[in-house]
Amino acid sequence: MQALVVASHGSHLNPDASAPTYAHADAIRETGAFDEVQEAFWKEEPHFREAFRSLEAEEVYVVPLFISEGYFTERVIPRELRLEGWDPSLWDSEGTSAESATLEAGDVEKTVHYCGPVGTHDAMTDVIVRRAERVTGDPQVGPGVGLAVVGHGTDRNDNSAKAVEYHAERIRDRGRFEEVKALFMDESPEVDDVTAYFRSRDVVLVPLFIADGFHTQEDIPEDVGLTDDHRRGWSVPADVDGHRLWYAGAVGTEELLAGVVLERAAAAGADVGDALETVRGDVTGTGG
Amino acid sequence: MERKIDVDGLRLEHEDGAYVLETPGDDPARLDEAALDDALEAAEPYVSNWYYWEATVGGEGTARRAFLRWCERAPIVDAQRAGRAADATRSVPDRYQRLRDGLERGWGQLVVTTRLVDDAPFDGERVYDLCHVDDVDADAAALERYTDPREARKIARADEDGRYRPLKTAPTLRPGWTFTGLSGEQLVETVDAFYPATIANWDRERRGELDVDHWLETATRQTGIYDVVDELPREAVDWMAESCCVDSQCLRRRAWQYADGDDLSTPSGDGQFPCREPCSLVIAAAREWTDLESDPERRYELELTERELAQLSALIDAVADDRLG
Repeated sequence: MQALVVASHGSHLNPDASAPTYAHADAIRETGAFDEVQEAFWKEEPHFREAFRSLEAEEVYVVPLFISEGYFTERVIPRELRLEGWDPSLWDSEGTSAESATLEAGDVEKTVHYCGPVGTHDAMTDVIVRRAERVTGDPQVGPGVGLAVVGHGTDRNDNSAKAVEYHAERIRDRGRFEEVKALFMDESPEVDDVTAYFRSRDVVLVPLFIADGFHTQEDIPEDVGLTDDHRRGWSVPADVDGHRLWYAGAVGTEELLAGVVLERAAAAGADVGDALETVRGDVTGTGG
Repeated sequence: MERKIDVDGLRLEHEDGAYVLETPGDDPARLDEAALDDALEAAEPYVSNWYYWEATVGGEGTARRAFLRWCERAPIVDAQRAGRAADATRSVPDRYQRLRDGLERGWGQLVVTTRLVDDAPFDGERVYDLCHVDDVDADAAALERYTDPREARKIARADEDGRYRPLKTAPTLRPGWTFTGLSGEQLVETVDAFYPATIANWDRERRGELDVDHWLETATRQTGIYDVVDELPREAVDWMAESCCVDSQCLRRRAWQYADGDDLSTPSGDGQFPCREPCSLVIAAAREWTDLESDPERRYELELTERELAQLSALIDAVADDRLG
């Protein structure tokens, strides 16, 4: 038997923080690829600490629904899961190339495959582009349009920005969008000045966040100038400083992200059968 | 026949070319294959009971199986090793009698009703209904009816006033709903959605294997913004347990103490399932308290009239007594 644990932050305050976690876990449940699928949280229940004990499977794949290889994925989650002998060097990553490490947990007799976060997986690039297609309603969006990949960023951990820059660069290399920039809330270049960084009239903003919450629904819309008061909402697109800004909301709510979770588990050795095709097929927007 | 059956009083084994069948109250009978069918029919309800636990539930040694057996007061393997008082269990005929009407057991604010299915493919098949303890006597037609365990998440998310419930075991679960006709597996999934990991921790405790992390262990392991919580004075940990962990706040029974062998004075509570370590809400509260404790004291001087002072005192008393709103 094999189980999947989707590890996520959750919130004591925001009831919607866990919605993407449940949605992606449910999408994977419906494929039947895993005998058991379990959500686990830092700020909700079940806590990471008790993530394994309700599972009957001996083989467990843990996929962190986090953006970067940083404090949570390298320290908090492994510690709380009691992964014996964990050290970030086991991922052998420079900040965006973690795959998985196989360990045992201190409170259960199971083999645990601890995967890198969804945020640094290559497939995340496609999720960002899909997000841009969805918010503009244009499956071919790109020519003549600028794309801002927006991250939290923090001066305390270089890896936080690396994930954002990594995907921005990959999208830029595809040559699909007129211009692509990585912008941040808490470090330079700042998203507040988004219009100064783009020549294109139309700019799509895709926040590289897992859940819609204070950052994506309050801070960024106000900082960018989509609205003076987030409580009154904003229009999509919104006219700001002569640009049309298409604000997409958190990338983590994109259905295609379930596929990234599966990619992570499959790369760590999980047998996911044709679940990847099923999950991707469900998000074509054609009802298939 | 290669193995022996020994479930809830039904014993059957193949011995020296014959089947030996035994049920409580009857002497073992040696039977040939032709006679076995009739004898098994006569051995009801033991046979259908065995089939249910063997073929439908399975999972020998799992928390899921132990919980389902607890739900119908069936004896649980290893129960004698439990630290807590053993549960009163019942024989198979007695259980079947009660299961026809539905056998109820409470789990936090949930009530599980186990019942035999009238028109099931085999006689011993059970299904499970789940409702809020306040709705046990309610007219079923007045309740929202669900069959998908995942619906439990939505019910558990907010209390009756629509307030978010980050603590799933807070005694604020809203009534007004019922899950009916769940399989054993679905029941466990539903209960886990209402009260995550409570079945697993109850089972560990029942086996005498609950892995408790006391306050100091959990506090010391914190990092980042919670790194400070191990500085909280011992007496403040007691106040915190008193305000966050008692039965009026959380239905889990606190199994953790200040440290191993150093108990808090706050009562542990009477909950059905244990709390094995300070939860994330307690840690977050501890951070607030630690910050408060570390604030330097300063002297403030206020100029008030006597009447203003009286008004201020009355206001503070009203807040303290929860007389506002």
